[in-house]
Amino acid sequence: MGIVYALLLVMGLVLVPWVGIQGFGLSYLFGVLIPYAAMIIFFLGVLSRLLKWARIPNPFVIPTTGGQQKSLDWIKSSKLDNPFNRRQALGRLFSEVFLFRSLFRNLSSRIALTHKNEQQPGLTFASAKWLWLFAILFHYAMLVTVFRHLRFFTNPVPWPVKMAEALDGWLEVGIPEVLVSGLVLLMAVSLLLSRRLLMPRLRYISLLNDYFPLFLLMGIAATGALMRYVVGIDTSGAKRLAMGLISLKPVIPEGIGPLFFIHLFLVCTLLAYFPFSKLMHAGGIFFSPTRTMPNNSRAVYHENPWNYPVKFHTYQAYEKEFHDKMVEADIPLDRAATPSIGPLNGEE
Amino acid sequence: MKDNLPEADELARIHLDMPPSSWIDTPAMLKKGMYCHGVQGKNIKALGMPNPRDWLVEDDDWQLPEDWYNIVMEGLRERLHRFRSLQIFMDICVRCGACADKCHFFIGSGDPKNMPVLRAELLRSVYRYDFTRAGRIMGKMVGARKLTKAVIREWWYYFFQCSECRRCSLFCPYGIDTAEITILGRELLNLLGLNIDWIGAAVAKCHHVGNHIGMEPQTFKESILFLCDDIEEITGVKIEPSFNRKGAEILFVTSSGDFYAEPGIFTCMGYLMLFHQLGLDYTWSTYAAEGGNFGFFTSHEVAKLLNAKMYAEAERLKVKFILGGECGHMWRVIHQYMGTMNGPAGFLETPVSPVTGTRFDYAASTKAVHICEFTSDLVHQNKIKLDPSRNDHLNVTFHDSCNVARGMGLLEEPRYLINKACNHFYEMPEETIRERTFCCGSGAGLHAGEDMELRMRGGLPRANAVRTVRDRYDVNTLACICAIDRAAFPALMDYWAPEVGVAGIHELLGNALVMDGEQPRTLDLRGEELPGISENDPSPEAVSASGSTGETGGT
Repeated sequence: MGIVYALLLVMGLVLVPWVGIQGFGLSYLFGVLIPYAAMIIFFLGVLSRLLKWARIPNPFVIPTTGGQQKSLDWIKSSKLDNPFNRRQALGRLFSEVFLFRSLFRNLSSRIALTHKNEQQPGLTFASAKWLWLFAILFHYAMLVTVFRHLRFFTNPVPWPVKMAEALDGWLEVGIPEVLVSGLVLLMAVSLLLSRRLLMPRLRYISLLNDYFPLFLLMGIAATGALMRYVVGIDTSGAKRLAMGLISLKPVIPEGIGPLFFIHLFLVCTLLAYFPFSKLMHAGGIFFSPTRTMPNNSRAVYHENPWNYPVKFHTYQAYEKEFHDKMVEADIPLDRAATPSIGPLNGEE
Repeated sequence: MKDNLPEADELARIHLDMPPSSWIDTPAMLKKGMYCHGVQGKNIKALGMPNPRDWLVEDDDWQLPEDWYNIVMEGLRERLHRFRSLQIFMDICVRCGACADKCHFFIGSGDPKNMPVLRAELLRSVYRYDFTRAGRIMGKMVGARKLTKAVIREWWYYFFQCSECRRCSLFCPYGIDTAEITILGRELLNLLGLNIDWIGAAVAKCHHVGNHIGMEPQTFKESILFLCDDIEEITGVKIEPSFNRKGAEILFVTSSGDFYAEPGIFTCMGYLMLFHQLGLDYTWSTYAAEGGNFGFFTSHEVAKLLNAKMYAEAERLKVKFILGGECGHMWRVIHQYMGTMNGPAGFLETPVSPVTGTRFDYAASTKAVHICEFTSDLVHQNKIKLDPSRNDHLNVTFHDSCNVARGMGLLEEPRYLINKACNHFYEMPEETIRERTFCCGSGAGLHAGEDMELRMRGGLPRANAVRTVRDRYDVNTLACICAIDRAAFPALMDYWAPEVGVAGIHELLGNALVMDGEQPRTLDLRGEELPGISENDPSPEAVSASGSTGETGGT
């Protein structure tokens, strides 16, 4: 069900600006007001989310260790998978953020019902890097695409952006030149979606919240591709609008067409949706204690800000209760406690 | 206890098809054999925890307190403010599914709610409903649902079907740790008095008497002395350990599994022999006898409550540092929690091995050293003599315990020791060892008798890997460094991989340890005759073969 609603939702989101522009001429709303609102929601939303997370303490040091600890000098420790200090922990975090290291580890387990002739299952494992591949393709394609779009927001266009676009066109086919990142983006999103649809287990856990961003991204990438390769729009008009927005002197140039507004509206939806959704994993990874904390809890004292005393059963209370038995068993007593009318519970 | 446990071949028919109805619309069916008894009121009362009563899992009415809803929601709100882990893990899961088939309980049961992602969604769905606007408005569509009594039952069933092994966390791209979800989920359940008795009873005894099995001081001492008698019989060496001795240099703490039952006691004999041979100035404590901490399976507060005794006793006895025995979750608590919960331990000193002079700087704050680290250092510096041929009747494989593997990273030390103490060591398939190790299926307080089906299902992946090396290399000994492993594995091996015994590393070490003044060994620590030693010629050759390295089988 989730998938149907997600699809309908995105189709609805395509219709809104189309009707708004074509039917009611609301280009100022869709070209200026909504983009500003979306950007404000995005920045404030992300910021408040990050601040919220940052304010919550990490009471305990709980890294998930993925390699040998630092212990005796002659035993080689794994600095990346079992970081001992902040620098190494940063290394681990960056290997997650830029290389998706944990996903690269992925194994699929397969259980075969019979093992030789016995009636027992045999469990085998195989490396399963498809998810890693799809994910890394998607994220880097997204990064390049977003970066390329900076040319709409800068004048003159800085050389790294120009270079990115030049490199992105390495296929050198078509007029206008095909940009690889956009195609990869569309392909990777489709692959991620097919995973969700084709694997029964994944379909079972997927929610509307999982399908919606995928359809939304498909819509964005598809409208972008349509504009570039099929319909063709006045990019100088698009750039004037973008520059107007960024310089706080909004203008609505003539003749940029409804397709552009649909593209823009879907992007605005994504921006506004981002801070309140699972897409915040982008920021969350930097706060995940199991991946960001160094495994040095025995070497360095870590304070829990809300630590509170507990009433544990004290030795004095224990000795009082077992006094005679301890005497008989010749277990040394705590002399100070032998008269033993101390408090039953101590505080630490 | 195996009354309603199906035969292995029946249990092995695992259905991995997903049910037709969505999980959120499928109430939990509590299946006998897959859960433990509910906690008894007296065991909750013993710790002054809320809502003590006797209740039966099978009852329709679990006698929840009047305002159970508010208790849980308030408890959840409080924990969201206290644990960044919880808030982050509620917010950022993308349901990519990488964790799904990493869980031994899912692999062995096929129950979709045992996929780590869904186990977390059980809690996340309630979080969404009450703490996010979209969840409140859109409900089930976005995986949000109101907390009901049926949800409480579901939580109880599935949070006590997780052994907090953290294997899923290793594979999660964001490190989402189901152990955190389970620990905090169990905390919420404990607010309603809904623990399991296997944990509750152990906690109550440990709090009051000093160990999980309720061994009183004189009995504790007797048990240790009984092991010393056995050692004398086997080696001819008389050992006289001390108890609650003030001024000793080291406080030694291990978990009750090591002084209570086979095969743990053989590991304990290994400790005793080693310490005697070294002439170590150490003491046992009857008060802080328990290193294992079932409080950790109850709540952070109870974990702290039980753990506090260790430092309190170390301070009272004026020792310099703490040496800890072979135990998995005990070491997770010591390594990741103890300093924070009950430290800083300014009254102790940075541990220094009195034998080798090695300073354990990596334990400079907590002041606790793992016995495998301690012994590896000894062996590395040739301070003890080992005769690995005394373990020649054993073909050994090693199980990495989840807690020390993924909550500490103690991977090489035990392997080093096995290789020094044994000649025949073979690794299990690489996907099932080290940081990728599989749980014994009984961790986090689930190794009771009444949930045998759960244990056999959860232990399937581990047992399967053992069986692989049993068939390939004739492995007959599963070595481990965890008391719960030692308690749980014998039944698991009987069921899935018969003919494989279970031993601690220090048992193997004790077999191999050449002691001053010992008689020629004819028996191993289990009192079983060493092969190749005829009665006429009881003198074993190669007494100082300490340098020989074992064979590391690879796969």
